[in-house]
Amino acid sequence: MPMNAGTFILVAVVKIVIAVFVLLTACAYTVWLERKVVGHIQNRWGPTRVGPFGLLQPLADGLKFILKEDLTPPYVNRTIYILAPMLALTMALTSIALIPVGPVIHAFGISTPIQITGVVNSATGRGADINIGLLIILGITSLGVYGIALAGWSSNSKYSLLGALRASAQMVSYEIALGLSLVGVLILSGTFSLHAIVEMQQGTWFGFIPKWNIFRGQIFAFFIYLMAAFAETNRVPFDLPEAESELVAGYHTEYSAMKFAMFFVAEYANMITVACLASILFLGGWSGPVFGPAILQALLPVFWFALRIVFFMFVYIWVRGTLPRFRYDQLMGFGWKFLFPLALANILITALVVAWRA
Amino acid sequence: MAEITTLHYLVVAAALFLTGVIGVLTRRNVIIILMSIELILNAVNLNLVAFSRLYNLHGQVFAIFIIADAAAEAAIALGILIAFFRNKETVNMDEVDLLKW
Amino acid sequence: MLETVLFLIFAAICVGGAINLLAQKHPISSALSLIVVMGSLAMVYLLLGAEFVAAVQIIIYAGAIMVLFVFVIMLLNAGEEERSATGSRVAMVLGVPGLLAAAVTTGWVLTRHGPASTPVVLGEFHGSAHAIGRLLFHEFLLPFEVTSVLILVAIMGAVVLARRGE
Repeated sequence: MPMNAGTFILVAVVKIVIAVFVLLTACAYTVWLERKVVGHIQNRWGPTRVGPFGLLQPLADGLKFILKEDLTPPYVNRTIYILAPMLALTMALTSIALIPVGPVIHAFGISTPIQITGVVNSATGRGADINIGLLIILGITSLGVYGIALAGWSSNSKYSLLGALRASAQMVSYEIALGLSLVGVLILSGTFSLHAIVEMQQGTWFGFIPKWNIFRGQIFAFFIYLMAAFAETNRVPFDLPEAESELVAGYHTEYSAMKFAMFFVAEYANMITVACLASILFLGGWSGPVFGPAILQALLPVFWFALRIVFFMFVYIWVRGTLPRFRYDQLMGFGWKFLFPLALANILITALVVAWRA
Repeated sequence: MAEITTLHYLVVAAALFLTGVIGVLTRRNVIIILMSIELILNAVNLNLVAFSRLYNLHGQVFAIFIIADAAAEAAIALGILIAFFRNKETVNMDEVDLLKW
Repeated sequence: MLETVLFLIFAAICVGGAINLLAQKHPISSALSLIVVMGSLAMVYLLLGAEFVAAVQIIIYAGAIMVLFVFVIMLLNAGEEERSATGSRVAMVLGVPGLLAAAVTTGWVLTRHGPASTPVVLGEFHGSAHAIGRLLFHEFLLPFEVTSVLILVAIMGAVVLARRGE
């Protein structure tokens, strides 16, 4: 059923509100999960006081961020200093609009995919989204560098500046490996539309091996992507832009209260986006067994998708609790001399296999 | 309101081009001159893409080539700038006169 | 209607950003306004239906080239530009009239010999990634390969130029 403009806008607004709410909650609870898991890895308990298992800790943290004094040091470049965290947060939250979370659902006489930028193709009744969705996500994430670079520069402090210089060099370098690792998947699927990429991975071989891209020979690409993603989101072992033992706190040294919280939320939102992209491109998106009554059938794909995200979040935290930080020259050497050639080789082999089969 | 035609896009491109030329001619800072050159390249790109709508896709392919070349140009130019800054501690264009001893 | 409003907004941001680039004294403010120009140009490309070029514009221009600029500005810590008190006299006398003449000539050429004024319709996407890729790897294969060699040379050049001479 084609929608009129009013319904379209209403549906879009409802989807945006839900997405922002879920994303921010997910960020808050990733922080809780991180503190809990790292605590257990280090033989501690993590947060336990606020609520059962410390489950209300994110709420207390949020309250603390709001109530703290918002300092602006006198020596900063004011406009850019205030602009930078907003830029970082905006870029981090925008890319979630392009992520398809589930297939088309039917409710209240309206059918729509669970994706902010998705629509239903009225001819086929299947979901559709932007032709170049993946490219737009890459573009938005590449703009995220500016938040960090400008924060470090405008703070007018040497630790911040060093952190920002490290961050911009690191993110630009690893973006190449990240982008190239996706090319193999793109060769296999022949489209930039994330919805179409997921649809191609539905179903199984011999009834038990899922047709995920990771099982179609993209396993090296997956690990290249994962490592580049750690660097893109400035997580351990590539967290040199904020290395606390050498740079105080790196690019956000001079930030406090809500402005610091914006960087914090932006980092976790970026982690979630990267995890979403990994599960869409390599792990089959929302594919999984669907059964039961209609309401369960609608919600199960979203559950399978969320399960993958939680898995990736756990991997992030696990790695953080396990690995030491790289030295900066090691980081650059690893990106340029190891990941980059490996990604190129992966493209070459994938292209040869696809050409040979065709 | 009037319909937007290809002509309107060309006017925007011309305005960007002129601004870029003025930047190259009037500023002293090498970095800002390089940015003005990028602006000129962007104006050309806009022209190519606007015309590719009238004829065929070759304009857009050319725009992509220009973007790739702009990347190479920026890398080299900024490399030269860094090497120069090490020697002279300045980024002013009118002090780049090593050969006029 | 919608395309008129969108075009006017983004064209205004483009030109305004470009003028702001010249008006700002500090290189980093100029770089920021150039990024704004790049972003709104990508939107203009989308209005023209060139989706792939728009994405490439954002990823490469705004996401890589301008990061390089910002990086170098931060690295050199170049402060505000000191304006020379004595400008070129020729520029002072001929600048504004020359500019006006250039603008008028451009306008005249555009309106007189302008292309057929076909209206631009929103939502017609001509430059899909598929079509552009086909062109790049069939008709423009040689230029494409030459460009890749150019970029290789640029990488090596940048490495040689920027490293400290021993």
